[in-house]
Amino acid sequence: MKEQKNIFNWQPDRSKYPKVKENGELDIDLTSEKFIKLWQGPNHPGVTGNMAIELTVSGDEVVHAKTHVGYLHRGFEKLMERRLWIQCFPTCIRMCVAEPDYNEYLLAKSAEELSGIEVPEMAEWLRTLVLEMARLQSLLRTVPGQAGTLSLGVGVQWGVYLRDLVLDLFEELTGGRVYHMYILPGGVRGLLPDGFKKRMEDVLKKIEEFIVNIENLMFKNIVFKKRTIGVGYIDPAWVDQFGIVGPNARAAGFKRDVRKDYPYLKYNELDFDVTYETDSDIFARSVVRKKELILTLDLIRQIMAKMPEKGDFKAQTPNVLHWKIPAGETYVRSESSRGEYGFYTVSDGSTMPRRINLRGPSYTHAVSLLEKMLINANLADVHSIMVSLQTCPPEIER
Amino acid sequence: MAIRDILTPFTAWKKVFREPVTVKDPLNDRPGAERYRGFHKNDLTACIGCGSCEAICENEAIDLVPVEGIETKSGDSGLRPLVDYGRCCWCALCVDVCTTGSLNLTNEYTWVTEDPEDFRFIPGAENKPWDKLEAGWKKPEPNYEFYSLKREAMEELHPGDRDKSFIEIVKGYSKEQAEAEADRCVECGICIATCPANMGIPEYIKAVRNDDIEEGFKILYETNPLPEICGRICTHKCETVCSVGHRGEPLSIRWLKRYIADQVESSEYKRILGTDGIENNGKKVAVIGSGPAGLSAAHYLSLMGYKITIYEQYAHAGGMMRYGIPEYRLPYDQIDKDVNYILSLGVDIHYNTQIGKDISLADLKEKYDAVFAGTGLHLGRSTRIPGTEHENVYQAIDLLNKITDGKEIHVAEKIVVIGGGNVAMDITRSLTRLQNQKYGKVQMIATALESEKSLPADVEEVVEAREEMAIVNPGWGPKSIEIKDGKITGLHVVKCLSIFDEEGRFNPQFDENNTNFFEADMIVESIGQGMDISYISGDIKDSLKFDPRGRVTVNEYFQSDAPWLFIGGDIIQGPDVIHGIANGHKAAYGIDNFLNQNK
Repeated sequence: MKEQKNIFNWQPDRSKYPKVKENGELDIDLTSEKFIKLWQGPNHPGVTGNMAIELTVSGDEVVHAKTHVGYLHRGFEKLMERRLWIQCFPTCIRMCVAEPDYNEYLLAKSAEELSGIEVPEMAEWLRTLVLEMARLQSLLRTVPGQAGTLSLGVGVQWGVYLRDLVLDLFEELTGGRVYHMYILPGGVRGLLPDGFKKRMEDVLKKIEEFIVNIENLMFKNIVFKKRTIGVGYIDPAWVDQFGIVGPNARAAGFKRDVRKDYPYLKYNELDFDVTYETDSDIFARSVVRKKELILTLDLIRQIMAKMPEKGDFKAQTPNVLHWKIPAGETYVRSESSRGEYGFYTVSDGSTMPRRINLRGPSYTHAVSLLEKMLINANLADVHSIMVSLQTCPPEIER
Repeated sequence: MAIRDILTPFTAWKKVFREPVTVKDPLNDRPGAERYRGFHKNDLTACIGCGSCEAICENEAIDLVPVEGIETKSGDSGLRPLVDYGRCCWCALCVDVCTTGSLNLTNEYTWVTEDPEDFRFIPGAENKPWDKLEAGWKKPEPNYEFYSLKREAMEELHPGDRDKSFIEIVKGYSKEQAEAEADRCVECGICIATCPANMGIPEYIKAVRNDDIEEGFKILYETNPLPEICGRICTHKCETVCSVGHRGEPLSIRWLKRYIADQVESSEYKRILGTDGIENNGKKVAVIGSGPAGLSAAHYLSLMGYKITIYEQYAHAGGMMRYGIPEYRLPYDQIDKDVNYILSLGVDIHYNTQIGKDISLADLKEKYDAVFAGTGLHLGRSTRIPGTEHENVYQAIDLLNKITDGKEIHVAEKIVVIGGGNVAMDITRSLTRLQNQKYGKVQMIATALESEKSLPADVEEVVEAREEMAIVNPGWGPKSIEIKDGKITGLHVVKCLSIFDEEGRFNPQFDENNTNFFEADMIVESIGQGMDISYISGDIKDSLKFDPRGRVTVNEYFQSDAPWLFIGGDIIQGPDVIHGIANGHKAAYGIDNFLNQNK
């Protein structure tokens, strides 16, 4: 581990810090003028989505942080208990705006697994493609977005432009730009349009160019390095304690990836290695995401080369207007750009799901882990640390 | 960290010389993609207002509403979808589920208006700039369906196994087949309005799907007391309007009805239907004829507590269902199953009793509080071409009657049947069986005025007749029967060009130069039946009104101008079983109203 001296993290020596009272609260006297309570959020440009962090700072150092959620609760999980299975398909995607496709896939997969429906091979390939495209557009925001938190907005502009090009491709394939509503129980909603592969390749080439530019702009930038190396450290010991997944765990040296560990769709037919770093700070997490972006380009090219040209893309399901899924329960998972993303689904044999529970990475990352990571952080780094966890409040609250 | 970490980021400056990527006029410059899910458009003439779009919309953004210029008619609810863009999420499930394919999304996505109410609109009914756009979301093709468009195949006897016997051809659905077929229903209810009896079709199909036979059985008896019979030989007008049939094969509604009825044992009827111990209200009603109309009236009146007596001219109940329809289509034990249940409700029946001969209508008037007459069409009609007076020229209906009774009939080696309706097919197929039994071969020609495409008989009847080696040769008008040495040698026919004139009247036109000759030793006429209502005579007849076709004028409850006399069935409407059932049911309410009006 390099540059250890810069790491702000939990100090075992608590003598300089507020004492903990018997009821578990910190013994902080706000009238002592030594501490300030500061709310970051619920609406704050430095916070991703609507959630608040209640900070207690001493000087510019955070001594205590409490995360508050509840500003985005729309009750989608509950709503789905009053929807036909097919009607859950336009509902579930809204649980995570950044990458709605994983919701579509997991709902479809749950329904198919519980009712024993085989999905045509063509649909499997198209699903794999769409999920990788979703990762691509997400990373195009997240990778430069990390520099954006440190006021380096240029990369964000580039990323947003390229993301729009990917959304153009989504629009061609699925009919929608953000909410694609493409993967539905039984298969997908269409084959690739004519000339799609070429247009995809054009976009991928532009993204390759972008990666070179972003490398120069961010990763070889002294300011970015100074502000991120050693900052926002995650102790590898916390990974299992807090249920840390995805790039956050991989930046701490864990080669964990659902695509590799529990292959789904066509991932076991694709050639790839799990990317990882060991420094476990913001910089390492950014590097992991950059590598992930490169990997995604490679995976999309592999998928394009391997997928068949034509074929059935949807299995015949029972009539969706009164499709009863056999009683049972299942947990299905996929690797989103933020980490393991899973649906725990219970059916009571009726036309509607009994329970759908989303296991999202943001819940563990942004609620409990963030509180711990912010202790002793510099106030100016708070939002940078939060963004480095790639949290998504809509997915925390559903 | 090195000095290059200070300098490298400045390479971003080279982008300054790049062309900007901003779209200058995004609203006008950029049409949505070919599959874009934009604003709705609907082909109002193709749409039937089935409401599947409304059913699948998770946001309840779609309501079915009446639209000016669209009329409610058979097969069309007269309603059209109204979309609320305050709720719509453009998922396009409404497009994918659309039974007719009329609803699509366009690739238009900008709409500016001052009044938010504008965003609730009826696609297709309000002229929108995007109505003519071709691009936009359409239901994906191929093999992408939200419900199966293919029917569950019905197992039937192979032609070789059935052409000598009168064993029932159709085998009926298994549980798995019935549930799979019931699954295809979209529950639009278009069929209910078209069924003359307004049966609760989606509900009983739902009961099949849920494997709740008793519930389904109860629903059947709400509107139809002859489910075993109707489940076999109903003209299934419901299937002709089935919304699933617009893009695929309509649901086998008739076979599903039969499936429910077949699952219930006779001994279970009263328990399931809760018809034990009906209290008698002390009033008596006579029913003339035990055909579908009479049995239906008897059934529903019995449930209301009336004491019913049926007068039947033949030795068995069922009327034309037994004496017209061959056993291979409708086995007699299935008729008995339905009839016996109705009789078990306390209905008396006098067989071999003809009104006007054994007992007069005036007597019935004296003995009963009201009378329902459903005497049917039992008189055969003749073509009256030269030669029809020959003894080997028969009426189909008479022969079918005798076959039912087990009487010996004349079966010639070569037969020609004149007529293209279901009765003609019935006699054709019955006689082919008898020819097969007697001669071991079939020499049968069925000919009709109508062309192949407009034959009034059900398609499957024609197909099956041909499978049984009968020749169906339509499009010929009978000219004369050739008789040599007192024996029929055949039928002269001329090509029929058209049947109806421009005003829709029966006025067949022939091409006299295009003639044909069908060899035969026996001719059967089956060009329709007439009624015999000679039992209505004297003062009673004088008190009634008749329409130009000789039918008694009745009100909506089938009450004639003699208030105690209700008339229904084929002699008023139809002719078919389901109209008879509906008439009988309606008349039962009419009789109940009539007899209780002084209360």
